[in-house]
Formats: sequence, structure tokens, C-alpha cells
Amino acid sequence: MRPFTYERATDVAAAARAAGSVQGARFIAGGTNLLDLMKLQIETPTHLIDVNHLGLDRIERTDDGGLRIGALVRNTDLAADKAVRRDYAVLSRALLAGASGQLRNKATTGGNLLQRTRCPYFYDTRMPCNKRKAGSGCGAMQGMSRSLAILGVSDACIAQHPSDMAVAMRLLDAQVDTMSADGVARAIPIADFHLLPGDTPHKETALKAGEIITSVTLPKPIGGTHVYRKVRDRASYAFALVSVAAVFDKDGSARFAFGGIGAKPWRTPTADAAAKQGAKAVAEAALSGARTTHHNDFKKLLVERTLTSLYRQREARA
Amino acid sequence: MKFDTPAGPNPIDRGRVIGIPHDRIDGAAKVTGSAPYAYERHDAAPNAAYGWMVGSAIAKGRIAAMDLRAAEAAPGVLGIVTHANAGKLGKGSMNTAPLLGGPQVDHYEQAVALVIADTFENARDAAKLVRIDYAAADGRFDLAADQARGVNPGKDADTAAGDFDGGFAKAAVKIDQRYTTPDHSHAMMEPHATTAAWNGDKLTLWTSNQMIAWGVGEVAKTLGIPKDNVRLVSPYIGGGFGSKLFVRADAILAALGAKQVGRPVKVAIARHQIPNNTTHRPATIQRIRIGANKDGVIDAIGHEVWSGDLPGGGPETAAQQTRLLYRGPNRMTAHRLVTLDLPEGNAMRAPGEAVGLLALEIAMDELAEACNVDPVELRIRNDVQYDPEAGPQRPFSSRKLVECLRTGADHFGWAKRDPKPGQVRDGRWMVGMGVAAAFRNNLVQKSGARIGVDAKGRIIVETDMTDIGTGSYTIVAQTAAEMLGVTLEQVTVRLGDSRFPVSAGSGGQWGANSATAGVYAAAMALRAKLAEQAGYPADQALFEDGLVKLANKSQTLASLAGRDGLWAEDSMDYGDLDKRYAQATFGAHFCEVGVDIDTAEVRVRRMGGAFAAGRILNPKSARSQVIGAMTMGVGAALMEALDVDTRFGFFVNHDMAEYMVPVHADIPQQDVLFIDELDDKSSPMKAKGVGELGICGAGAAVANAIYNATGLRLRDYPLTIDKLLKAQAA
Ligand SMILES: Cc1cc2nc3c(=O)[nH]c(=O)nc-3n(C[C@H](O)[C@H](O)[C@H](O)COP(=O)(O)OP(=O)(O)OC[C@H]3O[C@@H](n4cnc5c(N)ncnc54)[C@H](O)[C@@H]3O)c2cc1C
Ligand code: SF4
Repeated sequence: MRPFTYERATDVAAAARAAGSVQGARFIAGGTNLLDLMKLQIETPTHLIDVNHLGLDRIERTDDGGLRIGALVRNTDLAADKAVRRDYAVLSRALLAGASGQLRNKATTGGNLLQRTRCPYFYDTRMPCNKRKAGSGCGAMQGMSRSLAILGVSDACIAQHPSDMAVAMRLLDAQVDTMSADGVARAIPIADFHLLPGDTPHKETALKAGEIITSVTLPKPIGGTHVYRKVRDRASYAFALVSVAAVFDKDGSARFAFGGIGAKPWRTPTADAAAKQGAKAVAEAALSGARTTHHNDFKKLLVERTLTSLYRQREARA
Repeated sequence: MKFDTPAGPNPIDRGRVIGIPHDRIDGAAKVTGSAPYAYERHDAAPNAAYGWMVGSAIAKGRIAAMDLRAAEAAPGVLGIVTHANAGKLGKGSMNTAPLLGGPQVDHYEQAVALVIADTFENARDAAKLVRIDYAAADGRFDLAADQARGVNPGKDADTAAGDFDGGFAKAAVKIDQRYTTPDHSHAMMEPHATTAAWNGDKLTLWTSNQMIAWGVGEVAKTLGIPKDNVRLVSPYIGGGFGSKLFVRADAILAALGAKQVGRPVKVAIARHQIPNNTTHRPATIQRIRIGANKDGVIDAIGHEVWSGDLPGGGPETAAQQTRLLYRGPNRMTAHRLVTLDLPEGNAMRAPGEAVGLLALEIAMDELAEACNVDPVELRIRNDVQYDPEAGPQRPFSSRKLVECLRTGADHFGWAKRDPKPGQVRDGRWMVGMGVAAAFRNNLVQKSGARIGVDAKGRIIVETDMTDIGTGSYTIVAQTAAEMLGVTLEQVTVRLGDSRFPVSAGSGGQWGANSATAGVYAAAMALRAKLAEQAGYPADQALFEDGLVKLANKSQTLASLAGRDGLWAEDSMDYGDLDKRYAQATFGAHFCEVGVDIDTAEVRVRRMGGAFAAGRILNPKSARSQVIGAMTMGVGAALMEALDVDTRFGFFVNHDMAEYMVPVHADIPQQDVLFIDELDDKSSPMKAKGVGELGICGAGAAVANAIYNATGLRLRDYPLTIDKLLKAQAA
């Protein structure tokens, strides 16, 4: 960990302004990802702006019946929120499938969206990694890539986006509300929030320098049956090999989003369109363009099987 | 005291304290944080500086140049140890690669420098400023690719009896399969850690080490100083599983660092450094051939094992149990060692058997199916009461495998198992049951202790025995209490200091039996002194209720001890009973799993086991050992593997987020039964080891249950979702 200066921000605009003006500044929320990365010098901020005291920890109804979730709402609190459990159960389930109780107590809504990949080569600074060090090569592609992505990957990087929460957010068409260093607020649809790696895997989101996430807004509830199914190497406390977030309607239509397989939380309209044709068709649509390695090609079949399981459970309940 | 004839009746048989379940006597200190671990010796070395290890960035080659200027100039830096300034270092006889590398590099993350600073953060930060240019050399990192290069590593590598080839060729039913197990990391809670301080030329290391006397010798040898100048203190150890049998880089670097900066230095190997810097359990490739008659009675059994290690290293002796577990006149075992440049392999909980049984006990399941014999019955049919390589003249000291299988099966409800795979469904789960035998050698080691009574009648025991979380404190106290007729509360136990008599230490599941036997020896000597003091004949004096009694006379221990107390010291040494008798511990594991019909996720639903390991000294901590080991078996079966990058030559998943071990949600109800057994040829305690037995076979029971649930026979551990899906698709 490099030495850094620290400030505790007291209002949002000032935090954004400070972040925009100090080179190497970073926000710190729960710190559950950032601090780990700093200890390994994968991230080396020179200045930390603590955003925990900005009053961004509320969950409120929006005028059009949606839900505005403050960027600092803890994963534990969000998962337990009554409105979330009633109207957006898939989000609650996705959150509870992630990390551990202790981590969720610290982890925040904004921080979770911005958590970085778990690619093991990204985590070892002696290894080549284009995401960590542009142009250094990709250690994973010809190496151990079992956990990595098969969709949205590029020749430069095949890292997966590890978040569970973001998969549910993607499914629910959330928007990410921000404020820029110049004080301008904007709303970024979650579909556009995370970037694909392309030639620039180190650029991960649409956020500009200094831009702070203030909240994440969910549109009004869409009803249906909400499920989140996460498949991993142990029963708990592990990142997804494959996860599927789904909302099924009574008429058999459904929407799907996927975790563990994409360079970003993954969603394709064609998969939703195939809902009535069953799991296989949904999987085929979702996996269109998939690019696998020897180690992670099983994920294609696992996506189909996970969907099959969801359909089976749905039938059992019907 | 020498133990060279089977034990007769003795004071331990009273069973007032021994054999009763006790809470661990060090429990309160541990949960209140008042038990000091090696990195927290603020009491002993309040001004310790912080060392951070720099590990090699290449797997093989040389350091071409080192530039320390930036690191030396960093805030708070007090000094930097490298090969260039450490002076001439020896190498411990139990270390394969030097603990401080350079200029030659032997493996990835081998220590090449220690940066010492006033704070932990400064040391860690400055370590990143050490610039090293390497000249990398090609290395060999792929066991499977290099299998054919395996050589006979010498002593005891191969055994044979009868005519294996002939017997196997003639057999009515044959199993011939290849199995693999990956590299495993010990993943104990407490990292390797040491606080070092010099006083003149005397060195004290507060460290986390399972084997104090070995450690003293190895530190002295590495640093080139007399043993008498080295003191090791290791009273509490946050787990070891074999990774702390040997002195590691933390101890040597802390000693060198403290010398360089002239004040105490402490070093912990960071979690992400542990898998590549320290030892691991080597991967194996195993070929097992079993020839049997159509009733499953074995006529020929052969087990060959390939494993890798650095030059000068040793094999993973995974065929060990196959020499002793099942009958059969025609037999062979062989170990082949492949030189690799991966980090150093060495012992991990039940070295040999843990992975040998992962393979052998699948092979037995395959044989049971091929012969259409129930797998429990198959193992009973192949029981043998003597060492099958040596013949009937070398019987087992005690062997209750059959009892374990029968009792365990009854208790588990084995009779309900459908022998045909893939028949049982429970919702989305395919359900199956599996069994495996447990076997682990029983080793005995010379062990000493000092025991005293003070003026208040309290008993004090001192021995360099270690407690690696196993419960040594408690069984040592129980032994002393039983021998001297006091309650557990009246005993103080001091462990893990090289100033105390040399004990067996903790390893190879020999610790409990051997160390308590050492306490027994010392207690016998103290009883003799107390009896003499009382004026009673030693063989007639009775030790009860804090009194020494003879007929209707009695005197208190306190009065006999006098103001200065009374002390005795002795050790238990062993004759050739372990040569004349095969000594081992046995058990049977049962497991029920569910496998998701779609996703192939595996969930262990129930585990049960019955174990025979001589006298169970403390059923409570013995049970903890067994369920912990069964849990480790589940890990080996389902998830544990160090992933080798064969290009860069290192273990890629080197942190606890990526190296999977079971979490609570993976582990269901575990039932443990101990079969009554006293082994009078093992020691006067009539006990045997139990700390490793529980891992032996546990994973194979899981694998066999998966087969019973699904009909998928997987032979490459761990049995992960990707492999199950692939097998299903095939
Ligand atoms: C062992 C382990 C297991 C885990 N398992 C899972 C899992 O299974 N599933 C899962 O989804 N997650 C998992 N996680 C990740 C965890 O969910 C994230 O670490 C957490 O959500 C990050 O939130 P935080 O508030 O702690 O972020 P921080 O670490 O504080 O910040 C993360 C990043 O977000 C930026 N940031 C934070 N807040 C803002 C803001 N308001 N505006 C702009 N930028 C901001 C920071 O600058 C930083 O770059 C795991 C983590 C660990 C350590
Ligand atoms: S996959 Fe991406 S994160 Fe992983 S090594 Fe390659 S470039 Fe780095």
C-alpha cells in the first residue's frame, strides 16, 4: 500500500470536485475491494475521499413508483429492505448470494457496481495483465481461465465481472445516478455503465474522472416471479461460475441476466425473446458470440443447465 | 522409560480423567485473545520492527541484479536482508530449497529479500520498491507431461510380495485405472510467523512451529550457530497441518533481520505468499490394479504413484496404505519421483494416505461393482489381521476395521442404499451413498516431560510438545491428573518451549499418544519420588484425591512436595514393538450426497464414520479432530486444488478467495463413533493417533456417493461441476 492522503467528504458536490482536481484521487466506500487492491498495489491512489458520510445511505420511492437506492446503502441493508424484498426480490436474492455476511455489512451499492475482476493474474502484480498494466499482455488467456468470461471478451482481456448485485440491477434496468466534478448530475442506464474490454480493458465504466455515484434508481416494479440462481464451487462464499437472474411472468414471458460469464453483467434481448421456447433456446440466444477457452468452455453447458433448473423449478411450482 | 513389552494394567486404566470428554483447558485464553501467538509477542518483544518478505517473481533462474536504493530510502526503512548481505547460510536438512534464495532462484515466491521498517505498512510499501532483474531459466512444471521421467527415489519406494503380474493376469475380475490428485495447500488459519530477538549471540524465536527440537536444530544449522544459542518458543499455534513441521522463511528472515537492524523483528508470510513460498501437498498420478476372484476376494493388488518435487525433494508416499490395508498374496507398490521446479512439496495432514486412499477407495468401489458385492462387505472380505507383505508373523497390534465398517454401516443406515447408481431422487437432487475405509499408520516417537508438585499441591507439566489446535494442553493435563490422582483444574501445563524436555512434537498423528506417554514416564518417576518421600513402597502407594495413600494412611501431595516442590523428568522411548507388530488406526467413512440433476452441483447431505484408534484420551477433542479432518476430506473431494500455471511455474490461485476450502454451508451433520479399543502395544497410554485418521478415505466416500447418485465415475480430483458435466455429456 502506497502512502496516501485522506479526506472525509461532507457534501456530494465537494467530493466530486475534490476527486476531479486531485490527481490519483479515489473514493472509498466500504473499502472491501479497494483496500485489498491497495495492499497489493494493484490500485495506488494518492488521495482517498471517504464518501461514507454524505447522507447517501437512504432508500426512497421515486415519483414514478420506482426506488432510489443511495450509493452508500450497505448490501446487507438493501437485501433486507422491505420494498426490495417485496418488489425486487431478485435483487435481494442476488445480494444474499454474494460474499459473506461480514462483507455485505460493509459493501455498498456504488462500490459493488465498481468492484473489479477476480481474474487471478490481475491479482498477481508479477504477471502480465492488460487490465492492470495496459499493453503488458494477458496472463489468463493461455493460462488458468476457468472462472473467466466467455461473453463480451476481447483479444486483450477475458476477465469476468464478478458482481451478483449488478446482474440483478441489469435485469431490472436500473440507472446509475452520478455527479461529475463540475457539479453536473446525469443518469447512466446500467446497460451503458460497464464497458466491454475491447482494446482498453483498463477502462471499465462510463464514469469520468471524479464522477461520483450518488444513487442507483430502479424503475417501478415489474411484478412476476423473481429468481436468482448462482452456481459455484462451494455452497457459499464463492464467486459465480454462472449465475442467472430471471423474472418470469404468468404468461411464460421472462427476462434474464447472467453473471460469471460476461465481461460485464450480461443481458441480451434475444434471450428474453426466446423465453417461451424454454431453457435451451434461451441459452442459445444468450450465448451467441460466446468465446471460450479450454478451461471455461463448460460454462456454456452450465448456462443451459442452470436455466433448465430454473424452468424445472418454475414448472414444479406452477 | 522404555516401552518394549506390551503394557499391563497401569494407572491410566482408572479412567477418571483420561477418556472423559473435557473442554480444552486453553479454550478461555484463546477465545479471550489472551493466548499470545507468534506475531503478537508484544509482551516479549515490545519494540519489534516489521519485516516484509519479498518473493521471487520467477520460478527458476538467477537474480541478475538487485537495486535496493529506492527501498532503502523509503520512509521508516531500517534495513534490507538479501543473499548479498546475509552472510553464508546453511540449509536445514528438512528444507529442500534454501529459505533465502539468491542469486539462484529455485521456485516462484522463494524469499529473496526481507525489508524491515518501523511499521508494517512502511515495510510492505518499501518491499515494492526493491528492483530485481532476473535471468529466467526454463523449468519443468507439468507432472503429467513429465510422468515418464519419474525415477525411483530410493529407500522404501517399492515393495513387492508374491507374484503380482502373474496373479493379476490370472484374476477373474480386474480393475486397472488411473487416478489423479492435485496439489493442496494447508490453508491453516495462522500464517507462518516469527518474532526474533538477539541477546548477544543468543537468539530467541517466538514462532509458530509444530516441532520445537527439530526447529532448534534447523535454525542452528541454517544460521551456522550452536544449538545452545537458539531458543524456540511456540506455545500457541493457529493450525499447521504439517506446514509448520519445518522451519520456514519467516523464522530465518526474522533472525537475520533482527541481527541486521539490532532490534527484534517480526515476520509473517502474507496469505497470498503462503501457497508458493511454503510447502504444499504434491499432486499425484496413481495407477491401481486389483485382481480378484468373482466374489471380490483380492488375489493381486498393485499401486503405483508418481509425484513431483524440487531437486532433492521426496515423493508423496500415496501407496503406503496399500501395503497394509487389504489381503492378497500377490502385491506391489511403487513410488516414482519427477523433478519439477514448482514450489517445495512436503507433508500435509496424513501425507501418503490422504491422497492414496482418495484413489484406492474408489478402486475398491469399482471392484465391488464389478463383482456385484456390497462395498462394505467387499472390504470385510478383504480384511487381513496381519501385515500382508510380511505375512502372519507380523500381526497388527490391534485392527478393528471390520467393526468400524459394520458399526458405521448400521449407524448410517447403509442397508437403505440402492446399489444401482442413479436411482434415488429427492426433488432436484440425485441422491447417493458411498463408503470408504479409513487407514492411517500409527507412529510412535520418543517423548519427554518434566513434572512437578509445588508447595500448594499443584501439578506442573513442562514439555516442548506443541498444541496446534488439537488439544495437546488438555490431554497432557489429563494424563498428569490421572497419574497423580488430582483433578484437571489442579494441573498447569506449559508447552512449546525449547527449554523444556524434548517431546515428540505434533506431526504424523503421533503427538497425542507419544507426548502423553512421555508425561506418563515422567509421572511414574514423580510417583516414585513422592512415595519415597512418604516412606511408602512405590508399587503399593495409591495416588488419589490429592493424596498419596497406603492402606489407611495418607499424606497430601503439598506436604510431600515441601516448600521447594518436587520434580521429576523422564521420557518414553520405544523398543521394537512397532517392528514386530504392524500398528495402524482404522475407520469407515459413510457419506450421502445430493447432486443437482441439472447443474451437477454436489452437496454433502450427511457424513458418518466409525473409528478405532486405541484409547480415546479426550473424546471431545478427538471428535473435533475427526470432524475437522472429514471436512478437509470433503474439500479434497469437491474443491481443493492449487492450479498450476505450467508456463510461469506457479500456483495461480494463491489466496483464500480462489483456493477453495469448505465453508460452513458445505458441511452437514457429521456423526463420529469411536469403537472401544485399547492397544497395549502402542504405548502405556494404549492409545494411538487420531488427528489424521479422519481425512483418510473421507474424500473417497464422497466420490463413491457421487457415483451412486449419478453413475458418473470421476477419477480426477477435485470432482468439480465442470468435470461432472463433461462426464455426463460423454
Ligand atoms: C472474499 C470476498 C468475496 C466476495 N464475494 C463476492 C460475491 O460472491 N459476489 C459479489 O457480488 N461480490 C463479492 N465480493 C465483492 C464485494 O461485493 C465488493 O467488494 C463490495 O461490494 C465493494 O463495495 P465497497 O463499498 O466495499 O467498495 P470499495 O472497496 O469501497 O470501492 C470499490 C470501488 O468503487 C469506488 N467507489 C465506491 N463508492 C463509490 C461512489 N459512490 N462513487 C464512485 N466510486 C465509488 C471506489 O473508488 C473503488 O474503486 C467479495 C469480496 C471479497 C473480499
Ligand atoms: S483476463 Fe484481463 S484481467 Fe485477466 S490477465 Fe488477462 S487482461 Fe488481465
